[in-house]
Amino acid sequence: MAAIFQGVGAAAALSSLPSNSFDSNKSVFSPRRSFSVRKGASFAVVRSDGTVNLNPKGRRTQQLIPNAVATKADSAAASSSSKPGHELLLFEALLEGLEEEMERDPRVCVMGEDVGHYGGSYKVTKGLAKKFGDLRVLDTPIAENSFTGMGIGAAMTGLRPVVEGMNMGFLLLAFNQISNNCGMLHYTSGGQFTIPIVIRGPGGVGRQLGAEHSQRLESYFQSIPGIQMVACSTPYNAKGLMKAAIRSENPVILFEHVLLYNLKERIPDEDYICNLEEAEMVRPGEHVTILTYSRMRYHVMQAAKTLVNKGYDPEVIDIRSLKPFDLYTIGNSVKKTHRVLIVEECMRTGGIGASLTAAITENFNDYLDAPIVCLSSQDVPTPYAGTLEEVTVVQPAQIVTAVEQLCQ
Amino acid sequence: MASAFSATKFAAHPFNTISPTSQNKPLKIPTAASPFLGSTRKLLRLTSQLNLSRRSSGSVFAVSDVVKEKKPTPTPSLLITKGEGLVLYEDMVLGRAFEDMCAQMYYRGKMFGFVHLYNGQEAVSTGFIKLLKQQDSVVSTYRDHVHALSKGVPARAVMSELFGKTTGCCRGQGGSMHMFSSEHNVIGGFAFIGEGIPVATGAAFTSKYKREVLKEADCDHVTLAFFGDGTCNNGQFYECLNMAALWKLPIVFVVENNLWAIGMSHLRATSDPEIYKKGPAFGMPGVHVDGMDVLKVREVAKEAIARARRGEGPTLVECETYRFRGHSLADPDELRDPAEKAHYAARDPIAALKKYLIENNLSGEAELKAIDKKIDELLEDAVEFADESPLPPRSQLLENVFADPKGFGIGPDGRYRCEDPKFTEGTAHV
Repeated sequence: MAAIFQGVGAAAALSSLPSNSFDSNKSVFSPRRSFSVRKGASFAVVRSDGTVNLNPKGRRTQQLIPNAVATKADSAAASSSSKPGHELLLFEALLEGLEEEMERDPRVCVMGEDVGHYGGSYKVTKGLAKKFGDLRVLDTPIAENSFTGMGIGAAMTGLRPVVEGMNMGFLLLAFNQISNNCGMLHYTSGGQFTIPIVIRGPGGVGRQLGAEHSQRLESYFQSIPGIQMVACSTPYNAKGLMKAAIRSENPVILFEHVLLYNLKERIPDEDYICNLEEAEMVRPGEHVTILTYSRMRYHVMQAAKTLVNKGYDPEVIDIRSLKPFDLYTIGNSVKKTHRVLIVEECMRTGGIGASLTAAITENFNDYLDAPIVCLSSQDVPTPYAGTLEEVTVVQPAQIVTAVEQLCQ
Repeated sequence: MASAFSATKFAAHPFNTISPTSQNKPLKIPTAASPFLGSTRKLLRLTSQLNLSRRSSGSVFAVSDVVKEKKPTPTPSLLITKGEGLVLYEDMVLGRAFEDMCAQMYYRGKMFGFVHLYNGQEAVSTGFIKLLKQQDSVVSTYRDHVHALSKGVPARAVMSELFGKTTGCCRGQGGSMHMFSSEHNVIGGFAFIGEGIPVATGAAFTSKYKREVLKEADCDHVTLAFFGDGTCNNGQFYECLNMAALWKLPIVFVVENNLWAIGMSHLRATSDPEIYKKGPAFGMPGVHVDGMDVLKVREVAKEAIARARRGEGPTLVECETYRFRGHSLADPDELRDPAEKAHYAARDPIAALKKYLIENNLSGEAELKAIDKKIDELLEDAVEFADESPLPPRSQLLENVFADPKGFGIGPDGRYRCEDPKFTEGTAHV
């Protein structure tokens, strides 16, 4: 099974993590916990040696085994196993995808806070300003609503901007522009103006970043008509989705996760994109369909290890496309396994999981042998304290328990 | 400070904070500010020294230089040629007549929802937009019919859009508050105030990007952003003033200060009501102009647009204007003092220009009446066209949600939803 590494954010300034955060998590065992923790595994992460080094250069990572992540062959490119490829981290994959698209099309430009000279708070735009200039990689003032709107206006008049929210949560300030203008103007203009904008940024629960830096905006944006939402989870699909989003004529919101930027993987050398509307089959199986995305994919895979040892055969699908859902891949899986578990990081109320539950019930109710189980985060503002933060988010042990109950 | 605004406060204002006795003061007509061009007494004095209500404070833009630079006309003392004058007149009459027709049609049940009419403010739209090229962009708010017309969108297309017909400029999908035209570069039409200003800033950014990154050296497209006094208390306004000045974007921010935001008087909502003064705070010139006088607006507009074209950056122009009707057709308009309305009705921009044209022998009564008639006919044709146009069929429902309809996703059967025949019928489940 693939070993996963949950890295720290590349910019120490933003993610002020104590270097022993993992240790402190591990040492706190509440006796009231209803699930057991396997020895040697922390709640969230398999580490190679139990320490985490904040220095990005000295970071120890465990390589993701490509075979275990059985990516679907994309129509546009050869599969990842055809060439040796090259190894990089997820944020570098995003950077590579962005750089390639900027080279390919001079209308592609980047806007956001600290994307230029600083290189991006998570280094996704590192080096681009030097290469392409300050106008093409624009350092904006701190005015999310206005620079997102500016990106939309630029998109309507011929450019292809990539707007970065330094943290996805900041885009709450841009909600006016994203909902009204980004989503709707193609329609209200009768199709006269297209808005080929990409809005991207890191979101999700990090390591004790506090409530406001730990938000899951996909649940807030999902109702907006006229936009597509995708979430990347591996370097391979990060680069692929970035490129596909930039090439798409539709406005696309690309959700990255603060804790996944330092994942390492070997990706192909050749040009490839990942289809924006398709889900990714991570692990084929027979007993239960587990639908997940972004960071929870790794919790699921961690739980899958345990489940396999216990004799279960879960099918894990990374839905990737949060809006619209790939009901074909999902449906085929439901028809095969008849049991669905959704594992997401959104809150219980009104999250992606809630919508997915509704969509599956609507379309595949006859194929279900059991009610859909949806594991989501608690409807709680993410606490700062590590112990509490852990409990708000779905942990692998909960996933194991849920599958066991589902498969009874 | 001497201000045109204090003079227009009316006696019935219950929370007048300027002076406790103002309740008894008669309405003062501002004379210190902008001399009304229609008055022949002041005409000759004006043409030699164009006093556009320059304020002593701050780095307010000096406009009088413009007059010396303008092209020589047959009659050097006039601001416009006959041809230009007739264009301006026709455009303003079109705007006025169109809005009057809108009101008629609304009360006859041909259009619904929120309709915001521009009567009285025509000088601003005409004064600015008639100076633009086709590739220049205009961004407006919900009071956008006349901006679209001035920019060149056919009256037929606008009227059809208001009727919700498929031949409307936005296929009936936008409505009164969302006038768009890619051909004429009208980029909205926005329902929330302030949300169009960043879009305008983006259009200006594209112009600069084209020039500097894509190396289209002759790209000097200018964007005009129109919005009201209420918007000038909104964050997006200030954020965009900052960005536009910072990057010297080719944009002109045009404030149509008609003193009222629905029922909220500008003076009750704003700590410092002189909006033009906020320009220099961001590093751009701030100009105040009499928005009831199309020639004055035009002179200011010329320089502001030229400044933007030269790459010197944005300008903030505050046009003091007035809407003769309520905020929208649903507004009973009970709060505004009749004396205030009468004051501005006397400064009707169309009447003023007509007077100017006749008194300066640029045109005659007959010619102008012919233009009036031409516009009437145009509008009747527009209404007829709109009446006879078809309503949007059900099949139109899903067509413009996404530019690339693959965005609707993959259905349970493995095909993209947009390939489903029901999709083109508008009955597909998405």
